[in-house]
Amino acid sequence: MKRIVGALGGLIVFALLWEGYKAVGNPEGTAVLGVKVLPRADDLSMPHLWTVAQRLGKPELTGGRPVWQVVFDACLFTLGVTAVGFVVGTAIGFVLATLMSRFRVVERGLLPYVVLSQTVPLVALAPLVAGWSGALSFGPYPWQDWMTVAVIAAYLAFFPVAVGLLRGLQSPTAAGVELMRSYAAGWWRTYGKLRLPAALPFLFPALRLAGAAAVVGAVVGEISTGTRGGIGRLVIEYSREATSDPAKVYTAMLGAAVLGLVVAGVVSLLELPLMRHRRRVEVNVV
Amino acid sequence: MRIRSLTIGVAVASLALAGCGTADTPTTTTTGAGGVTTVKLQLQWFFQAQFAGYIAAVDKGFYKEQGLDVQLIEGGVDIVPQTVLATGKADYAVAWVPKALASREQGAGITDVGQIFARSGTYQVAFASSGIKSPADFKGKKVGNWGFGNEFELFAGMTKAGLDPGKDVTLVQQQFDMQALLKKEIDVAQAMSYNEYAQLLEATNPATGALYKPEDFSIIDWKTVGSSMLQDAVWANTSKLNDKAYQDQTVKFLTATIKGWAYCRDKPEECRDMVVAKGSKLGKSHQLWQMNEVNKLVWPAEKGVGLVDEAAWNQTVTISMTTKNQVGDTVLKKKPEGLAYTNDYMQKAIDAAKAAGVDVNGTSFAPKTVTLTAGGA
Repeated sequence: MKRIVGALGGLIVFALLWEGYKAVGNPEGTAVLGVKVLPRADDLSMPHLWTVAQRLGKPELTGGRPVWQVVFDACLFTLGVTAVGFVVGTAIGFVLATLMSRFRVVERGLLPYVVLSQTVPLVALAPLVAGWSGALSFGPYPWQDWMTVAVIAAYLAFFPVAVGLLRGLQSPTAAGVELMRSYAAGWWRTYGKLRLPAALPFLFPALRLAGAAAVVGAVVGEISTGTRGGIGRLVIEYSREATSDPAKVYTAMLGAAVLGLVVAGVVSLLELPLMRHRRRVEVNVV
Repeated sequence: MRIRSLTIGVAVASLALAGCGTADTPTTTTTGAGGVTTVKLQLQWFFQAQFAGYIAAVDKGFYKEQGLDVQLIEGGVDIVPQTVLATGKADYAVAWVPKALASREQGAGITDVGQIFARSGTYQVAFASSGIKSPADFKGKKVGNWGFGNEFELFAGMTKAGLDPGKDVTLVQQQFDMQALLKKEIDVAQAMSYNEYAQLLEATNPATGALYKPEDFSIIDWKTVGSSMLQDAVWANTSKLNDKAYQDQTVKFLTATIKGWAYCRDKPEECRDMVVAKGSKLGKSHQLWQMNEVNKLVWPAEKGVGLVDEAAWNQTVTISMTTKNQVGDTVLKKKPEGLAYTNDYMQKAIDAAKAAGVDVNGTSFAPKTVTLTAGGA
């Protein structure tokens, strides 16, 4: 309940800030020493929120479906791609973190590359993935365009999981590990009973980051490769009409923002059953 | 008068024949079901009327008549068509000549086999009230340009007018919309005749409450300035062109492509509808405008559609080698080597299309007057 009130409050504050700035801000924008520090407040740059809301209800093109439907469908498409990317990325992150915590040599050899992987600019990566993946197929099922986008989402999502979980798996105190050893528990048992539960508080923030990263990866991947159907592509298509229909651009951005919130919400829901488990573990081990 | 009625006669005949071709499509499909070759064409951007000829050739079955199953692949922000072609992910690609030549210089083995756009559609647009009428008037002004290799016609035009693009003007990186011009952040903006310029005419003029009118703007057209460069062309894989099967396929592909563009010249509204049906998010009036403007870039084609005009080619290459942008780069370091372009396949395609009754010159082509609506809807 508190959370819902908080979220609503946040929305209201945002709306007040937006409209408030529109009311008092300089329509030409504010520049300090020739550098623009505050954006223009005119209707072309910052349409009224109700204009954007109205635009959602109007048809996309004459005789077409209303914008909200188009945006909603696009968000659903991207949500699906994000989910695939998130699951694949999390799985890869899990495997990498486990391997790195098991073998020091793997950690030393791999971790720098894991970090390095995130410095590759997405715009350079996307066409590359689109290029080599075009020739792939799963038996009779050819590679689909959305899979390229999911790969990009997974590429961004695996990183926080790998790093966060590794940190978590290494978090048990020496006393805890020695206790397990005194029980003659093997590596797997220590992993399941001690390391993994201890890693949960590290895992969940990492998962939230991964969720956000997967959304960014999916949206940017769509923009980059021009993949049809999702909200990223819609942002690009609508932004071409920024000159004549500025509110339309914001409808797509609104969709992308809502998508991000939904993913963050779903990921934090994952936490609920597992974090209850965590308390018990804390009592037992620490 | 007699000549004109003759050309009209030819046009009507070609229309009738085109109609026949369409009607015949189903039979061709069934007979060719076993021997259909799949061909991938990489476009530069999302489906829009800029590619109407290819879309029409697919939808009207012109490619199928030639035994080709053509898949059109949309572009994206980071998709470089000539790279996709050179790496073998597509069989042909549509790309601007200077950009493709730059990729060639870096090792992409590609050849221009069909110069579909004979003319350049790049403008520089200013408010008429600003008094800017020619590149010489850019002096001391804020000049918007898109960069990324889209800027060289502008730089060549300014250099020709005696300006130093690095010193005499303030260059501003421009977005692919016209907001900066409308808000007077820049004095003159880069625009394609078939896209961004139309966006201006779809926007509301706050002073009148009605849409902007063409007389509100002054256009600097690089074609008249003499610094235009060749744009959309069909590129093929150079090494594959040694292969007889690919050669034949190229001729067939180009023959059907000619038919598609001729069809869109004669029936712009129908082609507009085909583009819209492909899921373009741009409105109907915008697409018809684009179709009409693109037709102007293709037609009339005095020597035959798609043939590379040597003078225009040389102008493109010269500008590519000599014009420097603000950081001192040129598009090309040296003259294109090897087979940069060839008219061999296009000529064969033109002959084949002509034999099939297609008007490959479009001398009677007259552009329409398109009225844009708010937002292009």
